[in-house]
This record gives sequence, structure tokens and C-alpha cells, in this order.
Amino acid sequence: MSGNNHIYDKIQKGALENDGKHLIPRKKQNALFLNLMRHWQLYLIMLLPITYIVVFHYIPMYGVQLAFRRFNPMLGITGSPWAGFHFFDQFFRSPSSREVIWNTVEISIYSIIAGFPIPIILAIAINEVKNSFFKKSVQMITYAPFFISTVVMVGMLLQLLAARTGLIGRVISMVVGQEVHLMNDPALFQDIFVWSGIWQGAGIGAVIYLAALASVNPELQEAAILDGASKIQRIWNVDIQCIRPTIMMLLILSIAGIMNVGFERVFLMQNPLNLSESEVISTFVYKVGLVSANFSFATAVGLFNSVVNCILLVSLNYILKRAGEVSLW
Amino acid sequence: MVTNVTNLMSFVKSKLIRNQSIKKIGRTSIASSAGDKLFDIVIHFALVIVVLIVLLPLLYVLSASFSTPTALREGRVWIFPVEPTLMAYEAIFRDPSILRGFYNSAFYMIVGTVINLTMTVLAAYPLSRKQFFIRNYVMGIFTFTMLFSGGLIPLYLLVMDLGLLNTRWAMWLPTALSVWNVIITRTFYMITIPDELYESTMIDGCSDFRFLLSIVLPLSGPIMAVMALFYGIAHWNTFFNALIFLSSDDLFPLQLVLRNILILHQFDAAVIVDFDALMRRMGLMELLRYAVIVVATVPMLCIFPFVQRYFIKGVMIGALKG
Repeated sequence: MSGNNHIYDKIQKGALENDGKHLIPRKKQNALFLNLMRHWQLYLIMLLPITYIVVFHYIPMYGVQLAFRRFNPMLGITGSPWAGFHFFDQFFRSPSSREVIWNTVEISIYSIIAGFPIPIILAIAINEVKNSFFKKSVQMITYAPFFISTVVMVGMLLQLLAARTGLIGRVISMVVGQEVHLMNDPALFQDIFVWSGIWQGAGIGAVIYLAALASVNPELQEAAILDGASKIQRIWNVDIQCIRPTIMMLLILSIAGIMNVGFERVFLMQNPLNLSESEVISTFVYKVGLVSANFSFATAVGLFNSVVNCILLVSLNYILKRAGEVSLW
Repeated sequence: MVTNVTNLMSFVKSKLIRNQSIKKIGRTSIASSAGDKLFDIVIHFALVIVVLIVLLPLLYVLSASFSTPTALREGRVWIFPVEPTLMAYEAIFRDPSILRGFYNSAFYMIVGTVINLTMTVLAAYPLSRKQFFIRNYVMGIFTFTMLFSGGLIPLYLLVMDLGLLNTRWAMWLPTALSVWNVIITRTFYMITIPDELYESTMIDGCSDFRFLLSIVLPLSGPIMAVMALFYGIAHWNTFFNALIFLSSDDLFPLQLVLRNILILHQFDAAVIVDFDALMRRMGLMELLRYAVIVVATVPMLCIFPFVQRYFIKGVMIGALKG
């Protein structure tokens, strides 16, 4: 502690010499320097996390230049010869590009349209329940599936959809009258993907809306009751309007992630028979890049994905900010 | 200080209670209309259906895993086990790869979470202090990584260059910190640790290190529980990093082992040799997969009722910042 005082004294002296009267100099440069001297420990604490961020996030960003180079393992990322937009050209000209981009967009939009309102409806329904035991039980049960890992979730799905031994597969086979292999049908892939996602995520998605609903001002509810509003009217005119900022914020986030279809689940649910509907950008990057070792091409496709995502998020946020709704930053 | 923490925690609770009591008054003072009653019934009915949709598949998996392969193959299992047996579980616990997977996953999870928590506190504490002049710049550097990333291939090449491929470090270092969790923790610190406290300790000659150790850490209990849960679950469930960074069997976490069994349908044949070939044909493999799902899910579902309230707390602090 005496060391600290010592530094403090030194700073004081320095400040007095520079400025005459003031302990804290007005010049910004000096302020930063003094702050560094006085709180050097804060800077030291920050050193480790900042090193991590630079190494594992910014160095890969720098490595994105690989998309414009013809990668040669001998020469490394920065030594490989430039290739310009060759790999982007190659991607957009290949017949698979349209399919992959289209699948990605299709699955995302389907997920948002089907999956976004359901947690809101669930939260409102749970919020209307007065019996606290029933309320808690419903909440607990609906978000239990969230704790099942992706791998097990997909494994379970494959088992349940199996034509002869799975619960759902058997019921559907009985209805149709013959054995149906649901996972092998490309036309059904997106339905299965989206609805299994809802099965797993709706409960946990409702948590945030429930928190928002809990903070709705009870006086508004009371006023609506006195005005003779029915329950449905109260939900529509009070509850929904009050949680609107939360809804908008989560909507931006999910629309911004439109090009980021949950890689793990798609990848695990893929099989050679449903590939025409299930290949998305991220799985394509993985296969081209790491399985076929076509590093530059895969980086280019990945970069295209990141850039589209980034533009979507920034522009959506801008539009909503202008419209007077919410903003992420 | 302590009251400050509990204030935050009880804030939402009190809102909930207030909300409920108002509704009760409303119900007793003004008779609810027939329409409202019908609406209530519809909502309760719908929620019961939702609960059944969630529970039935889980129950079926559990029952199937305890039934005999014959009953399963003939389609006699619906909701309850038929001819209960532990056959599948005996086979599973004879498979070394599953046990090794459990061990590896636990190891990755424990060490990984300790690294995560340390890094998160180290990042969140300076970022929550006004006295840290460059904190807005550092926040910018952090949040930009959530907007844009280099992608899979540059990260893979980096891990390769660092010599981490096929080592346990590959499971810890690339995911040492989650920016989103740093933001949540920082918000928590800004709410619970007022500047006045910081200033008064500084006047008493407390250093930044000392403040972190003797004031911030003891007050971090609730947020650390939330973070440990977030990070711990992420470590336990991760399979993709293991898939791309690890290549030797004895490093595989449970999820990767499960993927081989459940999705690629690979199961160590040696385990089945003990049973006769007839049994195998009758769907023991199928049965084994059900049992594997149960074994992998039960630990998580057992701890979940105890930890879920921390989870909700974390989601809510995250929403505060928005």
C-alpha cells in the first residue's frame, strides 16, 4: 500500500509541475497517462482477456485474407500468392451455391416464422395461470428439453422417427399404412428440423418474455379491468404492448442470425438422402474446408456468410432505431 | 452491499407477487365474464397438451430402454416398459468408450469452467469501472467479435499453428471466454457494486487488486453460479470443437462418442458378442441406442431442477442490458 502512495505522490507532483494548480490535468493525453499510472493494476488485470480476444478472435479475422489467396501450407497464410476474387467466383458459379444459400435462407425464415411467436404465446399462457403449482410445473417441464445436448437430441429424434421402433415413426406408418422413413425424405427435412427445434427451445425462449411480463405495471392491468376489458383484450392491449421492446429486440437478433443456421443440429441431422434440402452454408464450409482440405474456397464462402450477417444486423438495427423502436447499441 | 444484491434478486419476485395480488383483487371485486372463464379453460387445456407433447417422447425413450428387444421390435412398447429388463444398461457399462467419454467430458467441463470463470471476472471487473479510462474502447473491441468473425478455417489454421491440435488445450483455449457472458457479468457488477464503495476503499488506500479480491469476488457469488452453469453446460454439450480439433479416441468427450453410436450407428461389436447373434438381429442395437440416450440425459435432467433458477437469473440479467 505504501507503494501505491508513492506512485500517487509522484503523480501529484507531476501534475502540479505541469499545471501549477490543478491536481488532475485537463489535457486528455496526460489524463490517460495519469490514469494508467494510478490504475495500472486495472490494465494489468485486463491483459489476459485482451490477449485471448486478440489471439482467438482478431488473428482469425486477419486470417480471412486467405479467401483472396491460393493457400499453400508451405508458405502459410500471409505468404501464399494472391488469387483475387477467384474463389468467390468459383462459389457463385458452382451449381451448389444457389442450393446452399437458398436452403440456409429457407430454413432460417421458416424457423423464425414458426419458432418466434411460440415462446411469446407460451409465456402469455403461463402468465395467465393463477395456480402457482401448475404454473411452476408447466415452466419446469417445458424448459427441461433445453438441457438435452444437441447430439442426444438428434439421436433421440432419429430413434423416435424410426419407422418400426420409434413412437412417431410407428404412428405415422400406421396412419399412412406403410413403413415411412421420415429422415430420408428431403421434403420433410426442414419441417422436422424446425419443429424439433421448437420442441427443444420454446420453453427456455419463454423465460425472457415471462420476466418481461412480470414487470408489466399492475396499475395498467387494474385500469383495464375497471374499464371492463376482457382477458383477451388485456393481453393484446396491455401485456403485448408492454413487452413489445423485448419482442422487437429478440426479433432483430433472430433476423440478424438468418445466415447462421444452428450448424450442429443441421450437421447431425444430415444424411446422404436428404442432403438436397439440408446442406447449408456452415455445413458446406466444413465439408469443403476441413474434409476436402480446400481451405481458401471454404474461407471465401465463410467470409461471404459473415459479411451478409454483419450487414443484416447493422442495417436492421439502423432501420428500427429510425422507426423509434429499439436499438442494440 | 448485501442488501443491494438481494434487492436486485427480489426485485422481479416482488413484481410477480404484486402482479398476482392485483389480479386476485380484480377477480374478487368484479365477477369475471363467461368469456374470460372459457378463455381460462382453453389456456389450461392447451398447456396440458404442451406438457404432454414435451413429456411423451421422453417417457417413450425411457420405457423403450427398459423393454426387451423383442417387444420393441414388435411394436408393443407405447408408454410403459414391456417385459422390463436391464439388458441394455449392462451392455453399455461394459463399453469402455462411453465410460472414457464420461471421464473426458467431466475433465473438460471442470477445468474449462475454471478457466472461463477466471477470464470472465478478469475481463468484467475492469470493464465495470469508470476509473478504467479505455473501457469503452475495450468494450468496442469485445463486442465487434460478436458482429463479425474470421470463420472456421482461419480458426482451425490458428489452432494448428499454435500446436494445439489433438491436445486437451484445444478444448479449453479457443473457448476460454464468451463475450456475451462478460457483458452480463459486467452489468451485474455495475448494478451491485456502486462507485461510492470503490471510491471510499480507494481513499482508505485499497489497491485495484485488493478491491477485486476482497470486495468484488465475495459479492460475485450469485453471478458466478450463473456463469458456472452457462459455461459448464456449454462444455458438457460441445461436440463440434472436439470433432474438428481432436483425432485420437482417448481424448473424445462423451458427445463425440454418443454421436458415433447414435448418429453414425457405430457400436463396439465386442460388447454384443456376449449375447447371441439372434438377439443382435432382434434389435439389441436399437435398444442400446435408447439406453445410451437415457444414460446421457439423466445426469443433466437430475441437476436441472436445482440449477434452473440460476439459469433464469442469468437470462434476466442479460435482458436487463439488452
